[in-house]
Amino acid sequence: MAESDSLRSVTRRQVLKGGAALAALGGVSAFIAACGGGSTPAPSTGSAGGSSAPAASTGGGGASNPPAGGTVTFGSNYSDEVPKKAMQAVVDGFKAKTGIAVTVNTVEHGKFQDTINAYLQATPDDTFTWFAGYRMRFFASQGLATDISDVWSKAASKYSDAFKTASTGDDGKQYFIPFYNYPWVVIYRKSFWQQKGYTIPKTIDEFKTLGDKMKTDGLTPLAFGDKDGWPAMGTFDILNMRMNGYDFHVKLMAGKEKWTDPKTKAVFQKWAELLPYFDKQPLGKTWQEAAQDMINKKAGMYFLGTFAGEQASDPAVHDDLDFFPFPTLGTQYDAEAAIDAPIDGFMVSAKAKNVDGAKAFMEYLATGEAQGIFLASSPNNVAAAKDADTSKYTPFQKKMAEIIGGAQKIAQFLDRDTRPDFAGANGMQGFLQNFLGTPTQDLDKFLSGIQSFYDTLPPAS
Amino acid sequence: MSDSSTPPYAPPADSGGASVASRGKPRRRRYSLLTRRDKLTIGLMVGIPAFIHIFLIWIPALGSVILSFTSWNGIGGLDKIRWIGLKNYENLVNVYQPFWPAVQHNLIWLAVFLFIATPLGMLMAVILDQNIRGTRIYQSVLYMPVVLSLAVVGLIWQLIYSPGQGFINNALGIAGTPDQIDWLGTKGLNLAAVLVAASWRHVGYIMVLYLAGLKSVDNTLREAAAIDGANGRQTFLRVVFPVLAPINVVVLVVTIIESLRAFDIVYVINKGLNGLELLSVLIVTNLLGEASLVGFGSAIAVILLLISIGPIIFYLYRTTRSQPQ
Repeated sequence: MAESDSLRSVTRRQVLKGGAALAALGGVSAFIAACGGGSTPAPSTGSAGGSSAPAASTGGGGASNPPAGGTVTFGSNYSDEVPKKAMQAVVDGFKAKTGIAVTVNTVEHGKFQDTINAYLQATPDDTFTWFAGYRMRFFASQGLATDISDVWSKAASKYSDAFKTASTGDDGKQYFIPFYNYPWVVIYRKSFWQQKGYTIPKTIDEFKTLGDKMKTDGLTPLAFGDKDGWPAMGTFDILNMRMNGYDFHVKLMAGKEKWTDPKTKAVFQKWAELLPYFDKQPLGKTWQEAAQDMINKKAGMYFLGTFAGEQASDPAVHDDLDFFPFPTLGTQYDAEAAIDAPIDGFMVSAKAKNVDGAKAFMEYLATGEAQGIFLASSPNNVAAAKDADTSKYTPFQKKMAEIIGGAQKIAQFLDRDTRPDFAGANGMQGFLQNFLGTPTQDLDKFLSGIQSFYDTLPPAS
Repeated sequence: MSDSSTPPYAPPADSGGASVASRGKPRRRRYSLLTRRDKLTIGLMVGIPAFIHIFLIWIPALGSVILSFTSWNGIGGLDKIRWIGLKNYENLVNVYQPFWPAVQHNLIWLAVFLFIATPLGMLMAVILDQNIRGTRIYQSVLYMPVVLSLAVVGLIWQLIYSPGQGFINNALGIAGTPDQIDWLGTKGLNLAAVLVAASWRHVGYIMVLYLAGLKSVDNTLREAAAIDGANGRQTFLRVVFPVLAPINVVVLVVTIIESLRAFDIVYVINKGLNGLELLSVLIVTNLLGEASLVGFGSAIAVILLLISIGPIIFYLYRTTRSQPQ
């Protein structure tokens, strides 16, 4: 999800600054790193005990690690106002607990992702925000991340196996701390549906019946916006997983299955069949505009990550939002109820200067406590750790946890599960927009175009 | 002249060459008019720009050409670069779907600028040169968009083109109806829409360039033409336009360069997808991001470089040729 992190609200403003951005990113982090080295390490407080003393057992760290303490630098892409403050609260919590200060270097979201490559190779911060799945494994296998298996050995009990798998690199070691995630679901307004007498469709036939009803009521059944290129990936993912199963999704993303497979073609055929229920002009709309269509009752429902809730700035409207998993398609894979529930989290850079401090920070971020602090101001996500205090969850969050818990298989998202050079604007984003522009085109030709593009890419890592 | 009995001039004070001067030839002496300091100054004045030019332009350009024959994801040292010969170019032409549309869009862009926007800008300049009332206001209004970057122009026009909330659809009364036009989301239509926005800025740019040229035309030429009985149109086409040849070349080159480097307006609108593909955008989308295709992006850059070289050579040829005049 190149642009789709749950905390993002402005996508169209990414004005490319090219080399300047790159230079700025490198420069800023170098500056911060330099500052970090000079500050006096604050002594660990007594209460910190467990979490501040991982100095004894550092698995993959460098040779000359300073003792835990000092300052940890942290490259953050939480650039929007609310999450930025929430992240600061987490950092303050860490300081209060361990006495280790964290210098946060916040970079605008889109820029952070566009320049991550150069950033990690130049003078990265000790720790940085990132995404689970292929996108994490890619940097791990390129040697740009520090192995944090030792942190995991302490934190493992707090996570389900699915989270551990999503945090594990190709070499079987862990490189990632999950912080929170969010499911891709069909979102609607409760009061509006009550008023119109709509009921939640469980199967695709019920879904179509409901869609027809909505059309006669003058509504667009499903809001849709794919101007940014990635939201359509969610629709492809869910149809693919409902029709062909989670394992096929994983293999297709890994290049082990072909795009020219009849199974993939069937997905696009099904999609074309359902397109009359979607907004007819998705390519000029951002996800924010599409979410507004649903919120303003121009569209009946919207299939997106729960971060669509960000668009409901009025708390009363947010409370009125509800959602359900995408309807089943009557295949053998209905039972596994696989969904996309991308995980956001943190990594330690390979060039981290304060590895012990960084690991202590990771250990803190892996606690329900830290995640709770963050989620207090981010009600569109749920905590990744089991020991998070769910009693404070809003009904919206409780339902998210329920749906994620009910899914036997959890995928990350198309662009988090496959190689970035394939998923990006030069690849799948363009292909899916092409399909949406002319859904009646020759699908065999379309799919062989995708496959041959995939085949031209250099061997992965 | 070779007679050394009469020293022509005294040697410069700090040259320290008095004894040489008494024996040397005048030609040699003239050479020594440049002091060591002069030579140093000239050396620096030529050397620094040359150094900057070579290091910031020629070496990167050559680097791109070299990289275009490789496969590299931008991570790790140079040893990770693999040589793959012409494969990038083969893939570009045969497999990479956005390539040909991008070439086509660049050409359309050039044609629209060349045959519509630029002539329109020149026309505005000619009209505003007539000293009509309020000409300064018109000039300012037309020039206003030029001070905006194309990225900002893109943002402004997105508001105008937005299907539901935009000005055009609301003015047409079709916003929010099923008939509303998705100006920037419909393939084919969006390129035209973007070209209107880009021309909006380009017209002002050309107008200012041309207006400056027109102001420099000697008025006696116009008077002479008028006395010979030429009407306004004839005066412009037969007298003023030919006189403005140097400006015309500048305008032509500016137009071509603006068309080839078009990037920001498209990038802010939808990252150059869905009918807005341009070569410049393809370069960026391939180079930027988490796993960049450095070799492949470089191959596109080389293609753009080759296309750009044409107008550059033309321009240099014209400017260096007209120098002796």
